[in-house]
Amino acid sequence: MRNSSTSSRLLAATALVAALGLTVAGCSSSSDSGKSSGGKSSSSSGSLAGTTITYWASNQGTSLDNDKQVLTPELNKFTQQTGIKVKLEVIGWADLLNRILAATTSGEGPDVLNIGNTWSASLQATGALMPWDDAAFTKIGGKSRWAPASIAAAGAAGQDPAAVPLYSMAYGLYYNKKMFADAGIANPPKTWDELVADGKKLTKNGHYGLAVEGGNGSENIHHAFVLAKQRGSDWFDSSGKATFTTPANVAAVKQYVDFVGANGIAAKGDAEYAQNQTITDFATGKAAMMMWQSAATSIKAHGMTPDQYGVVPVPTQTANPTGDAAVTSMVAGINLAVFKNTKHQDAAVQLVKFLTSTPEQKILNGTYGSLPPVTEAQSDPAFQTPDLKVLGQVLSTSAAPLPQVPNESQFETLVGTAVKNLFADAAAGKDVSTDTVKAELDKAQQQMPAS
Amino acid sequence: MTATAPPRSAPEAGPSGGKSAGGGRLRLRVPTKLRQIGLPYLLLLPALALELLIHIVPMVFGIVISFKKLTLFYISHWNQAPWANFDNYHTAIKFNQPVGQALLHSFWVTCAFTVLSVGLSWLIGTAAAILMQDSFRGRALLRAIFLVPYALPVYAAVITWTFMFQQDTGLVNHVLHDQLHLTSNKPFWLIGDNSFWALLTVSVWKSWPFAFLALMAGLQNIPRELYEAAAMDGAGIWQQIRRITMPSLRPVNQVLVLVLFLWTFNDFNTPYVMFGQSAPKQADLISIHIYQSSFVTWNFGSGSAMSVLLLLFLLVVTAVYLLLTSRRRSDADA
Repeated sequence: MRNSSTSSRLLAATALVAALGLTVAGCSSSSDSGKSSGGKSSSSSGSLAGTTITYWASNQGTSLDNDKQVLTPELNKFTQQTGIKVKLEVIGWADLLNRILAATTSGEGPDVLNIGNTWSASLQATGALMPWDDAAFTKIGGKSRWAPASIAAAGAAGQDPAAVPLYSMAYGLYYNKKMFADAGIANPPKTWDELVADGKKLTKNGHYGLAVEGGNGSENIHHAFVLAKQRGSDWFDSSGKATFTTPANVAAVKQYVDFVGANGIAAKGDAEYAQNQTITDFATGKAAMMMWQSAATSIKAHGMTPDQYGVVPVPTQTANPTGDAAVTSMVAGINLAVFKNTKHQDAAVQLVKFLTSTPEQKILNGTYGSLPPVTEAQSDPAFQTPDLKVLGQVLSTSAAPLPQVPNESQFETLVGTAVKNLFADAAAGKDVSTDTVKAELDKAQQQMPAS
Repeated sequence: MTATAPPRSAPEAGPSGGKSAGGGRLRLRVPTKLRQIGLPYLLLLPALALELLIHIVPMVFGIVISFKKLTLFYISHWNQAPWANFDNYHTAIKFNQPVGQALLHSFWVTCAFTVLSVGLSWLIGTAAAILMQDSFRGRALLRAIFLVPYALPVYAAVITWTFMFQQDTGLVNHVLHDQLHLTSNKPFWLIGDNSFWALLTVSVWKSWPFAFLALMAGLQNIPRELYEAAAMDGAGIWQQIRRITMPSLRPVNQVLVLVLFLWTFNDFNTPYVMFGQSAPKQADLISIHIYQSSFVTWNFGSGSAMSVLLLLFLLVVTAVYLLLTSRRRSDADA
């Protein structure tokens, strides 16, 4: 009796644990395909009119609702022109990639979707997106309509792009004109040495020379990439193998972390910034400089007017550099992709054509404060403001795409986290040396998959 | 244990007598004996089917995936992913290599976190339940207030804690540094060494009301006469707690500690909302670690292998725990 009751209780408890353990084990297998339904209404053969397609838009405006308000009238225009109805869903950045992965696994997804352009090669490798060969590009006006740099950030080199550039952005150095004048600095810095020297002059009485988003892995990657590129170094070799620990990459990461650490020109609190507090600090005068992409709309939202700040290209290691040493930004932006499993491919391509048409490019990029990757739209007066002119110049002359390799997302996660940890060390007053940086990057590299 | 035997056999005898009469009337061809054995299974069938569908199948699926090389190259046609045999497991448990090292580190962090969180939650819950046992003015109100953390949506509660823990503008540093002047400069709570304690604080805050609730219910079942008799015999309050309350609560505690352990060990929401996709290494709980190993780096085979290891560990712990506590209780009963 005693034995059987113990063993039955054991059995029951074992079942309980098994059930609870599932919260983790089940995570990796189940996909929320329920959320991604829609867009599968049957279309009458031949004509596209009456078809309904689903569009997943990324969050570009100040809120998801704001995006809906911006996009709905445009999509209504599209429906008027073509008769194709569009079911719009705006998805926050925290969810977007997971939603795309779930859609990829289940094969049930949207027809058209926005992706961060740094994901292009990774998503391309899954085979979930329709490749844009020359024939497909012809349907939307030809590849030559786009700026080459933006196309380079739409998939791995030597393959048909996995997506079409929709919005482009570039990093610039934003500086507070009044704080610079008060500190007696005539011109914004052109080299990193100048930036550090200026930063030291500006750092006093609770104000700082620079603000960085140290707790945000993606931001960390973007800056580490540029600082390494200026040293002629890449994060992957030609075979796609990780090369995180080259001396140049170590130096690049150290240089970035030193803004908080050794140089002390950024506040220690920046190490935990991950919700765009950098923009707040800049707009409220707590920090005199920041490196950001297309920040005009956000700065304005915090009450700083365009005449109070200036935008110049991000500094370089030496004055008047050439080649890789002159790179000051990654090619940032959003790409538009067609889900390969769509049952309405023609209608989906029509939507891509509409959203990348010159008039729509002007309207959408103008509203979001980004730059149109379609060259024809760039001449519009909306993009001739002083800051956008600088960023447009950066994009066409000194921007390089992040590594377009399948393991890009692992790179972002592992190195982004490594830099975040180093920032935490620097903020805690621990010494961040070449050796500690190398050790962190080595750990990250060894966790990269072998492919 | 002998005390439990009679009630068990009694219900068995009851229905069997009644059923043979009823069975004859309905003229069912199924032999009485088979019907008797079959009925409980028949009644359990819907539950069993749902259990299979919701729990067992995804779990088996997860185990299968752990033997596959399911990376981003295969997720769109995952049924064609090549078999990895035990490669995913090998990578996960090579503790001298970075992946295994990180997993092991995360495992120890989780163990320490779980032991502290469960211990503190239980302690606070027990103390509160005992103190609230006697009725006094405002007891109902206090009870309701104590249950608030349990009733709040996790996300809203944890995000509020995150705001409070911010280094520059957070309430915690405002109180500790600006008001009480306890620290020389504002410490970080969401990054670095303190992140573990911040996480522990939120976890205990979140789970002690459940312990309180369960123990409060348990306390209602202890007859008041026991305390009165003990008081007559001259037992003080500590004696009463030690000799009456604790032994009487043993069955409640047995389940409570187990459930708290499993919930805390697997807790995903709290660290995810506090730290985002990559937790600081001092607070790298295993659930986040596995999430990062599968979703963020798109290696579902490796993540599943880690999940299965975690499942095995929890099974072993639970089995040992129940074996120990049950045996001790049986001994105590006998």
